[in-house]
Amino acid sequence: MLTFTLRRLLLAIPTLLVISLVIFLLVDLAPGSPMSEIPLTVPPDVRQKMIAALGADQPVFVRYFLWLRQFFWVEPATVFDGWFGTNMAGDEQRILSWQSRSPVFTIIGQRVPQTLTVIGTAYLIGILIAVPIGIYSAYRQYSWFDQAGTMFAMIGFSVPTFFSGTLFIIIFAVWLGWFPTKYDTTLNVTDWASFIKQVKQMTLPVMTLGLANAAAISRYMRSSMLENMSQDYVRTARAKGMSERTVVLKHVLRNSMIPVVTVIALGIPSIFGGAIITENLFGVNGIGAALIGAIHSNDIPMVQTLAFIFAVLIVIFNLIADVLYGFLDPRIRYE
Amino acid sequence: MSDPTAALPKPASQNKAIWQQFSTHKGALFGLIILSILAIAVLLGPYLWVPEKLSVAQAIKLKNQNPSLRFPLGTDQLGRDMLSRMLLAGRISLAVGFVAMFIAIVFGTLVGVLAGYFKRLDGPLMRLTDMFLALPLIPLLLVLVMLFRDRIAAIIGPELGAFTLIVFAIGITSWMQAARIVRGEVLALKEREYVLAARSIGAAPRRIILRHILPNVISPVMVAATLGIADAIITESVLSFLGLGFPPDFPTWGRLLFDGLSYMQVYPIRVIWPGLAISLTVLSVNYIGDGVRDALDPRIRGR
Repeated sequence: MLTFTLRRLLLAIPTLLVISLVIFLLVDLAPGSPMSEIPLTVPPDVRQKMIAALGADQPVFVRYFLWLRQFFWVEPATVFDGWFGTNMAGDEQRILSWQSRSPVFTIIGQRVPQTLTVIGTAYLIGILIAVPIGIYSAYRQYSWFDQAGTMFAMIGFSVPTFFSGTLFIIIFAVWLGWFPTKYDTTLNVTDWASFIKQVKQMTLPVMTLGLANAAAISRYMRSSMLENMSQDYVRTARAKGMSERTVVLKHVLRNSMIPVVTVIALGIPSIFGGAIITENLFGVNGIGAALIGAIHSNDIPMVQTLAFIFAVLIVIFNLIADVLYGFLDPRIRYE
Repeated sequence: MSDPTAALPKPASQNKAIWQQFSTHKGALFGLIILSILAIAVLLGPYLWVPEKLSVAQAIKLKNQNPSLRFPLGTDQLGRDMLSRMLLAGRISLAVGFVAMFIAIVFGTLVGVLAGYFKRLDGPLMRLTDMFLALPLIPLLLVLVMLFRDRIAAIIGPELGAFTLIVFAIGITSWMQAARIVRGEVLALKEREYVLAARSIGAAPRRIILRHILPNVISPVMVAATLGIADAIITESVLSFLGLGFPPDFPTWGRLLFDGLSYMQVYPIRVIWPGLAISLTVLSVNYIGDGVRDALDPRIRGR
């Protein structure tokens, strides 16, 4: 198990390096760089200085290795310094955003809490809805509840979040007026009234994403339960005279959760991707919104860093899912 | 012991058997009907429903109309007839879905067959697939479109440019599932007796692949293809929704939804129509995919 984990970790390093190169080159070598948007009226020597000030006059591989070094050494060291008051990073330059001239990771640090509160809650609620639905659908296969669950999942798969979100806004915010249409990022939760306000403004985005996530997870839960329900050990448990409750919720559920847990782990990076749409629709000022803003203003270092962070998340959670699977299921041995 | 299949009427051919199984799946049949209606509407509709030519002054007077006999879905903020825009947009949305799926399937099948059949290529090609699976797709698609849109538009025109770029970008980022499925199938088929027999009489790999292997991987590819259409349509509308899709005078359903968002509070219907069209299309495609999967699975068929 340990060797497997270590081998996977080592294998993840070249994968990440190749991905970082692909992302860097794709964003960097693309024709529409901000350099081409400096007005032609700017004299050539000033233009040169502007480009040099952005650090964009270096050859591409110099910039790539500098960026890698900043990403993997300077930024973690800065975080470490911030926590323990050391001075490991020294005064090395951090990755700077071209639109705001402040370090990219500072901006990300400001944005991540917004994303995590809204998107994280949505994912949690999605799981909490999906698991019971999946269990009961499988337990009463082909019942009306199962049919309704299938229908719900199919609709959840098919209706894109930007449309379901828009519908929710029209129905609950415009017509009924129960919730605000936009998410107010500046709201501070200090007392009961502001907490209620926060819950209210979170309801619509959480509902939108939660339903989409619940649809997928409930399907996995159902099919995993169904697979286990017909196993011999279930019959044994029933034959021993155990209550239905113990059989289903202890014996079957525990074994069925194994693949579902890995699916949930695999889905975590994709919530950041899906968050781009929801954040855009509801005006949540999270990292998805930061990415869109950076793309629109040609902020190359920001786009590269954010895209690479998404890639790192995907690789890490793939790894976690694999290890988790082997850890939860003793029948699986990677050697 | 009676033969369990004796009770069933013997199907005349395999195609008929597949169709029989498919038509027992109510959702799939419903999906096929809805999708056909939508496809016929967007293909023939623009010829049947020709919007009247309005001068600019007339159009401004007729902006933001509610549905009427003259404008069945009303008009938008520039006085354009929503019905004809919806029909034209549907054409492009569906075309994007089909073409992007086709690119993804062709590429995915190619990679899958090569990786499955030739042992030497297996490692590198699967590493490539894994790498593509680890790429953050939506951000990359956004970057691709943002950065290359103007350059390509300058070469082959804004409409064709946007279409080519988006279709190509979606296709090139969604072939991985097909490749994995095909590779798995090819690995299993390669060891079957008839393939070994073909090899032992000296058939070239190209011939074995085309004659013996490809026809047998068709069914999983079909399922992946159907679901791929749905994914491509959603991805395109996400791009359009984020303002990085097609230009406004060359609308897709996603673009119409994006345009309607600014007027959502006053004219919600303008968001609902395109959203409904996207959702219905994707829903029917997903149901068809479900039905195709059941129909092409010989273990389920005939039960």
